[in-house]
Amino acid sequence: MPINPDIQGRTLEPTAPYLVGREKIREFARAVFATNPINLDVAAAQAAGYADVVAPPTFPIVIQQLTLDQLLAEPDAGIDFSRVVHGDERFSYSRPIVAGDELTGRLTVTSVKSLGGNSMITAGTIVTDASGAHVVTAISTLVVRAED
Amino acid sequence: MTDTLTVGDVVAEAAFPLTRDSLVRYAGASGDFNPIHYRDDVAASVGLPGVLAHGMLTMGLAVQPVSDWLGDPGRIVDYQVRFTRPVVVDPQTGAEILVVAKVGKIDEEAGQARIDLTVSAADQTVLGKAQVVVSL
Repeated sequence: MPINPDIQGRTLEPTAPYLVGREKIREFARAVFATNPINLDVAAAQAAGYADVVAPPTFPIVIQQLTLDQLLAEPDAGIDFSRVVHGDERFSYSRPIVAGDELTGRLTVTSVKSLGGNSMITAGTIVTDASGAHVVTAISTLVVRAED
Repeated sequence: MTDTLTVGDVVAEAAFPLTRDSLVRYAGASGDFNPIHYRDDVAASVGLPGVLAHGMLTMGLAVQPVSDWLGDPGRIVDYQVRFTRPVVVDPQTGAEILVVAKVGKIDEEAGQARIDLTVSAADQTVLGKAQVVVSL
């Protein structure tokens, strides 16, 4: 089933607030081989001017993933998860994520294209904090491979 | 810092040995439990050459040498990659990802530099257009 081109321009409901835990940041940091003390050590983070440990640059994927799950679950989108390949990814930050942040993600489908049987869907997730201020925008292109 | 940097300078280099354990750890930390990242039978059934590292794991570790070079990871203002080739992680020998970070562009007015990453495994480039914009 091809991707429904009508989902281009669609904005989904914001995700429920996600409270970023200190140990979650440490767990993620170890998983991406981060050794920077600002990612791991509260005293080092505070010495650099942060309230708590700072998340590694790709941590926003955790929030973005929640919004991509919403997109895949849209009943009329026609996205076959087993055929999805990650094409590209971009994060544009207003500030780094810090433990204690309460984050909400909201996804908009910016483009849907077909190319030789494959479909490409680009979606941007805007991540904001509890005050509504912008933290990071995460943009993914997913390639949905053609049926064999 | 802009006056001490020159386009083409290598600012950081690192090697990251990946094992299947690394993939399981990343799955848990990120919440991406797609079985192609830990089950050989599932990877084979969808026509893959083996269990693959999560693209986002490769993206996540490739920026770490830049984070260490900067000192403060909060000085990264933009980071993008294209996933051009999968990284197969052998159950016994794993895989090794090599990262070289070079100055690609300097914008003195904005006080920013673009750091270009060359990321490879088994002598093949695995990420394209891997660029980190940093505040200097």
